[in-house]
Amino acid sequence: MSEQPILEIKKASKSFGAVQALIEVDFEVRPGEVMALVGDNGAGKSTLIKGIAGIYAFDKGEIYFEGKRVHIHGPRDAAALGIEVVYQDLALADNLDVVANMFLGRELVQAPWRLDEAAMERATVETLDSLAVTTIQSARQIVAGLSGGQRQAIAVAKAVMWNSKVVILDEPTAALGVAQTRQVLDLVTRLADTGLAVVIISHNLHDIFEVAHRITVLRLGQNVGTYVTAESDQQEIVHAITAGELQFVPGMAQE
Amino acid sequence: MAQTEATPGTMTVSTSAAERQKQLIYTLSRVWAWAFLLGLIIFFTFAVLGTTDGRVKFYSIRNTQSILVAITPVLLMGLGQTFVIITAGIDLSVGWVMGLSSVVSAIIVRDLAADGMDVTLAILISIVAGIVAAAIVGLINGLIIARLKVPSFIVTLGMSFIARGAAFLIGGGMTIGGLPPELRNLGNESLLYLVRAGEHSGLYFFKAPELSRADLRSLDRIFTWPVIITAVIVVVAIFVLRKTQFGRHTYAIGGNREAALRAGVPVDRHTVMIYIMSATTAGVAGVLHTARFSGGSAVAGDPLLLGSIAAVIIGGVSLFGGSGTVTGTIIGALIIAVLQTGLVMLNVDPFWQFVVVGIVVILAVLIDQSRDLIFGRAEAA
Repeated sequence: MSEQPILEIKKASKSFGAVQALIEVDFEVRPGEVMALVGDNGAGKSTLIKGIAGIYAFDKGEIYFEGKRVHIHGPRDAAALGIEVVYQDLALADNLDVVANMFLGRELVQAPWRLDEAAMERATVETLDSLAVTTIQSARQIVAGLSGGQRQAIAVAKAVMWNSKVVILDEPTAALGVAQTRQVLDLVTRLADTGLAVVIISHNLHDIFEVAHRITVLRLGQNVGTYVTAESDQQEIVHAITAGELQFVPGMAQE
Repeated sequence: MAQTEATPGTMTVSTSAAERQKQLIYTLSRVWAWAFLLGLIIFFTFAVLGTTDGRVKFYSIRNTQSILVAITPVLLMGLGQTFVIITAGIDLSVGWVMGLSSVVSAIIVRDLAADGMDVTLAILISIVAGIVAAAIVGLINGLIIARLKVPSFIVTLGMSFIARGAAFLIGGGMTIGGLPPELRNLGNESLLYLVRAGEHSGLYFFKAPELSRADLRSLDRIFTWPVIITAVIVVVAIFVLRKTQFGRHTYAIGGNREAALRAGVPVDRHTVMIYIMSATTAGVAGVLHTARFSGGSAVAGDPLLLGSIAAVIIGGVSLFGGSGTVTGTIIGALIIAVLQTGLVMLNVDPFWQFVVVGIVVILAVLIDQSRDLIFGRAEAA
């Protein structure tokens, strides 16, 4: 694991009207690292992620990618840098097969108009193989017929197929059973092992302690601490989530 | 094909009898429309023979051709509608758009020919004008639906009234006649001519021989130009839906609009294109109507609208979007046409046609629903 962060956010703030969703939040993730992002509802996890993904811009703050200052004005900017987000609802088209979903919006086309199905299928199978996703029998299966864990695997594979460097997973295990959670956590570990930086949002501390190298805790829009998993325990994290020390008084406008 | 070559370990062959039985039912439920069409043809073939003591044959070249001619406008409207319904929309305006296109093309060809323009050129211009008039309606439909987020049902319902009014206003409320006779050829002449009896009996390409009045009875026109034009458009539509990015995006928008948006599919632009397509195929139907009957008629398409939607539904396109095929719509249109022709030949009161078509539409949806119920998520582990 590299010590140099691939993605670094410095003093990010974001307000929605009178509500300060983020106050001078610092955040970073390194290549090959699984960074967990935790916090209670309304702590600002989604706001932070959406700012990184380009869904909206931070009011203040700086984003550094591979050491260079960058500006992310939209999802396309984020994707161009190599930042991919897997949202909780996965955004898969149930009526299409695995290949079609993997390439949705970026289909390979042969001259003149024909879809290059063979090439897309090859790339899909390769990507799934490289992630050791063995539970999907056929790349031509319709997604509606897949289990929750399989769907999560497809969404993750879709995110990493495009030479991404940072993959952000929003609650990837929230709707899954025990065995499928196991599969997804293994997948998260493998992603980091290939050198990707992985950010995982979760409420499940058990899962986080299993896969994350470090944990960033947000509380009321502020970063109340980043912990190394190996040197921490669940109790400490729970305390940080519910009673972590705040730098700024919530509700007060900061200048 | 590519589908099978790169899928290791697909579909472990099930050995149990129950599994095989389930597979059989599943396959049947998928191909029932084909089987139903085939069954209808066989039924009518024997029923017509039986009731007429063998004097009339249901299956004949002439009857087949008249069925094909009859379904062309329904099929053309159904094609555009197939794309629209796959994206979970509906286009109720195509009936009157067809009428508008018919009126516009008729007026233009009449006036241009009267001004002394070369007839071929006048016909070409009128065809383009009729189709463009339709496409403009589709463009407006699409823009309102995509940009202003008004439900397609409302927009196209309103637009059908507008197109209706426009067609009557432009045509002065009358059928437009006095068109050049060359136009009639486009609508009625054909690729092949079969003379079944007499001194000229044989098969002719492009041009029928001079026939006496008596021999004219044994002349069959095979593949008239409207049928050929429709067939070409059908082939293009099948290709576009199955093999192109446009087709893939059509399914994706119907399956999960939000996912398509986030994946970077140009959803709004695509929606506009789909409604332009739908109106354009209706426009082609209108132009062909003008050619076939040598007259422009505002009411040409209205009675066909619901038939075309019925064809799409019988063909297995879900109104919820995301599924359906062009071939399904063709089968749907054929089922309706065969039913209608067959019942007429059996001397059944023609009003029964509506009852039967209605039953088939509801049955079709029931079969599709029960398939989803039994097999829909069964594969999910």
